[in-house]
Amino acid sequence: MTRTRLVHPVAWWAWAIGLAWCAMRTENILLLVAIIAVTGFVVNARRARAAWGNAYRLLLLFAAVSIVFTVVLQVILGTRVPGHVLFTLPRWDLPSWTAGLSVGGPVTGEAVLNSFTAGLRLAALMACFGAGNSLAHPGRLLKLVPAALYELGVAVVVALTLIPQLTESIGRVRNAQRLRGRSIAGFAGLRSLLVPVLSEALERAIAVAASMDSRGYGRRAAVPAGLRRTINALLLLGLCAALTGSYFVIDPGGDHAAGVLTLVAGTALAVGAGLAAGRQVRRTVFRKDPWGAPEWLIVCALLVAVGCYLIGNPNPDPSGVLQWPSLPVVPFLGTVIAAVPGLPTHLSPEADSAPVALGARA
Amino acid sequence: MIELDGVTVHYPDRKRPVLRDVDLTVDEGELCLVIGSTGSGKSTLLGAVNGLVPHFTGGTLGGRVLVDGRDTRTHPPRELADLVGVVGQDPRSTFVTDLVTDELAYTMESLALPVDVMRRRIEDVLDLLSLTELRDRSLASLSGGQAQRVAIGAVLTAHPKVLVLDEPTSALDPAAAEEVLAVLQRLVHDNGLTVLLAEHRLERVLQYADTVIRLPGDGTAVKGDPATIIADSPVFPSVVGLGRLAGWQPVPLSVRDARRSSARLRSDLPPQPSPRHSERPGTVVAQTRSLTVRYQRLVALDAVNLSFRGGEITALMGRNGAGKSTLLSALTGLVKPAVGTVLVGGSDPRSLSPRRLIRAVGLVPQQPADLLYADSVAAECRAADSESDVAPGTCARLFTEITGQPAADGHPRDLSEGQRVGLALAVVLTAAPALLLLDEPTRGLDYPAKARLVTVLRELAATGHGIVLATHDVELAAELADRTVVIADGAVLADGPTREVVVHSPVFAPQVAKVLSPLPYLTVADVARTLGRAG
Repeated sequence: MTRTRLVHPVAWWAWAIGLAWCAMRTENILLLVAIIAVTGFVVNARRARAAWGNAYRLLLLFAAVSIVFTVVLQVILGTRVPGHVLFTLPRWDLPSWTAGLSVGGPVTGEAVLNSFTAGLRLAALMACFGAGNSLAHPGRLLKLVPAALYELGVAVVVALTLIPQLTESIGRVRNAQRLRGRSIAGFAGLRSLLVPVLSEALERAIAVAASMDSRGYGRRAAVPAGLRRTINALLLLGLCAALTGSYFVIDPGGDHAAGVLTLVAGTALAVGAGLAAGRQVRRTVFRKDPWGAPEWLIVCALLVAVGCYLIGNPNPDPSGVLQWPSLPVVPFLGTVIAAVPGLPTHLSPEADSAPVALGARA
Repeated sequence: MIELDGVTVHYPDRKRPVLRDVDLTVDEGELCLVIGSTGSGKSTLLGAVNGLVPHFTGGTLGGRVLVDGRDTRTHPPRELADLVGVVGQDPRSTFVTDLVTDELAYTMESLALPVDVMRRRIEDVLDLLSLTELRDRSLASLSGGQAQRVAIGAVLTAHPKVLVLDEPTSALDPAAAEEVLAVLQRLVHDNGLTVLLAEHRLERVLQYADTVIRLPGDGTAVKGDPATIIADSPVFPSVVGLGRLAGWQPVPLSVRDARRSSARLRSDLPPQPSPRHSERPGTVVAQTRSLTVRYQRLVALDAVNLSFRGGEITALMGRNGAGKSTLLSALTGLVKPAVGTVLVGGSDPRSLSPRRLIRAVGLVPQQPADLLYADSVAAECRAADSESDVAPGTCARLFTEITGQPAADGHPRDLSEGQRVGLALAVVLTAAPALLLLDEPTRGLDYPAKARLVTVLRELAATGHGIVLATHDVELAAELADRTVVIADGAVLADGPTREVVVHSPVFAPQVAKVLSPLPYLTVADVARTLGRAG
C-alpha cells in the first residue's frame, strides 16, 4: 500500500481559480456548460472521501438557484432589451429616481437569454469554488497565511471551514426535522433547517478558534505594538488595492492598464507587508506539502486550458442574439484538457483506504 | 503547579458569578477530578487554567491564576500552549488539520520546534497512545475513541506539564473509555504530568483520581481526597451507593475496594434478587426482518432480526460504529435497507406520511438541538402542538413534567444539556408515538438529570410505549432496561433480559454486578429491595 498523500492544496485551488477565470472570459453557453461538466467530472473522480468532500453538491444547488433567480429577476424588472417578444406582463413604471426601472412590460427572448447566460456564468463560478472546496480542504490553505496576522488567520480558517461544515450538518438536521413530521419545503421549512445549522456552525467556528488559540497559533515574538499596527495597515491597503485592480482587470469596460498596475502594486505591497509580519513569528512547518508530478499535471492541464482561452476567441457570437450558439473549438478543447487531472492514474493521492460511513457515527 | 488565588469569574449575562472567591492548589503529578452538576462552573474552572477564560470567552476574572508561575492575566492561551494542553469534549470539533500526523504536529509548529524534534516526538506519542497504525489516516475516518486519543496526543507532543480534559470519555463506549483512561493514568504515573479532569461518569474515573474538586453550584469549590469528598457528595457512582447501603468504612471508590469488603454481603444475599416490578410486554410495535444496510462498501447492519414490544425498554449497546445509530435510523425510515424489511406499527416507515410517521415512531437524536428551531421554549412547544394536531398546551405540559420547569420564553440554546434533552423528548412525545427511540440520551447529563429521565422513561413504558435506547452508559442500561441487545459489526451478538446479557460481560456489566459477581445483582436498588424483603 502506498502512503496516503494529499495533492498540494494550492494545485487544486489554482486549478479551480483558473477555470473560474475561463468562465469569466466567456459568454458562450456551450463553453460554460463544458466548464461545469469538467468540474463535476474531476470532483467526482478525485474528491476527498470525507463529509466535506460533498461541498460541491451544495454549491451546485446554490448555482441552480442563482440561474433561476437571475432569469426571474430579469423577467420581472430587468431593463427592456428590444427583440423577439415572448410574452408581455402588465407594466408598472417605478418613480423617476429609480432611473427608469420598470416592473413588467414586454419580455423578449434576448433578455431572457442574456440573463440566463449571466446566471450560468455565476453558476460556473460557484461550481469552480465548490470544486476547490471538495478537492482540498480549505483549512490546508491556512499554512500559507502568514501567522503574524493572527486575527485574519483565524477569520480565514473559520470562514473557509464553513462550507464543508455546513454540508455535514445540513444532512443531519434535515433528517431530524423530517422525523418531527415537518415539511422541509417552503419558508418555514427553510427556517427550521437554517436555525439549527447556522447556530451549530457558529458554535463549531468558536470551538475551532478556541482550539487554535490554546494550541499556540499566532504566538509571536515581542514586537512593538506600533510597528505591528503599521504592518497590518500596509497589508490591508495592499489587499484593497489588489482587489480594486482585479476588478478593473475583469470588468470588460474597465481601464485594463491601470487595473493591471494597481493589481501588481497592491499585491507587491501586501506580499511585502506579509513577509515583514511573518518575520515576527517563530513558526516551523512539519511537513511541507510536496509539489510533485500530480501537482505539475494539474497545473499544466490548467495552463493549456487558460492558453486556449487566450488564443482562441471564446465569444464568437455577437451577444444578445437569439440563435444556436456556435462552438469555439480551441477554447472548448482547452476546457476538455482541464479535465485531465480527473483521469484515473496510478497516482491516486486522495485514496484514503479507510471507509467513511456518513451518518453511521456512534 | 496550578494555583487559584481568590478567583471570581463573572459573565455579563449572568446575575451571579460562576466562580466566587475560589482558592485552590493542584500539585505537580496530581490527577485531579472536577465534579459537580451541569452549570456549576466546571468548564469555567477548566478554561481559567489555560486562560481561555476570560481571554477567549469574555467575562471578568478577579483574583489570580498561576500555572507553573505564569499568570494567565498576562499570558493569553497561545502563550501557555507549551505548558497547558487542553482537550475538549468533542475532539472532532477542535481538529484543525486533515491527517493524524499533521494534527499531532500542529502545536509544535506553533511553538517553532525544529523538524527533527517534531519527528521524534510524533513517533514517541504514536507509540505511547498506540496510534501507530493510524498515522496516515485522515481524521474524518477515525472512530470516537481513536479521535479522542489523537486529540490527547496532539497536545502531548508539546510536552505540556498540565493536561486539562473536559469530559474525555462521555462520548465513548466503555472499552474506548478504558483505553483513554489507561493512557491518562500512565502519563500521570510515568511522566509526572498534572491532570485536571471533569467528568460526569464518575463510575469510570473516580478510582483513578488522587484528589477531587467538588463544585456544589453556588460558585464555591471544595477540594479534598476522593473518599472524603465523595462521602458527602450528592452525586456518586453506584459502587459508593453500595458501600453506603452496606455501611462499609471507608467508602469504596473502585470495584476492587468494594469486592474486598463485600465477602459478607455476598454470603448474606440470596442467589436470586427479588424480581423488580415490571410490566408485561404488550404487542409488537416494530420489527425488522433480515435487515441489511450498506453505506457504499461498508456493511452497517447485517441481516438483523429484532422485534420490539410496547411497554418494553430495550438497551442497544455496542462499540462506537457498531451500527446502533443505523438501526435507529432504519426504524424511523431515514435509511433505506439494502435487503430485508422494517415494519413499524405494521407498515414500512418509509411509506408513511409525516403526520402518521410521528405517531408511529419518534427519535430523540444524539444532538437534541437538531430538532429545535424556534427562538423560545414556549414557541417550540406551540409548534410541536400544531404539528402533531393535539390540544394546545400538550407539549408545554410534557416539558414541565419531564424537567420540572415551566415552558418559559428562554431560548432553547440557553437550556442546560439535560433540559435540552427534556425539550426534545417533550416535542417527540407530543405526538405520543408508539415506539420511542433515544440515541445516547445521557451524554453530558449529570446524575439528577439522569435520574429524572429514568423516571420519565419508566412511566412511559408503564403506559405502553415501546422504548429503545442506544447507549454507552452501562449503569443506565442496568437500571432501566428490561432487555439488552448487543450489536457488534452490524450483527446482533446477544439479545435477552438485561440481567442475563450483561452480568458476566467484562465490558457491559455495571459496577454492582462486578462487585457481587457471580450473583446476578445489577443495581444498588436490586440489593436494597432484596435486603429489605429478606430482613
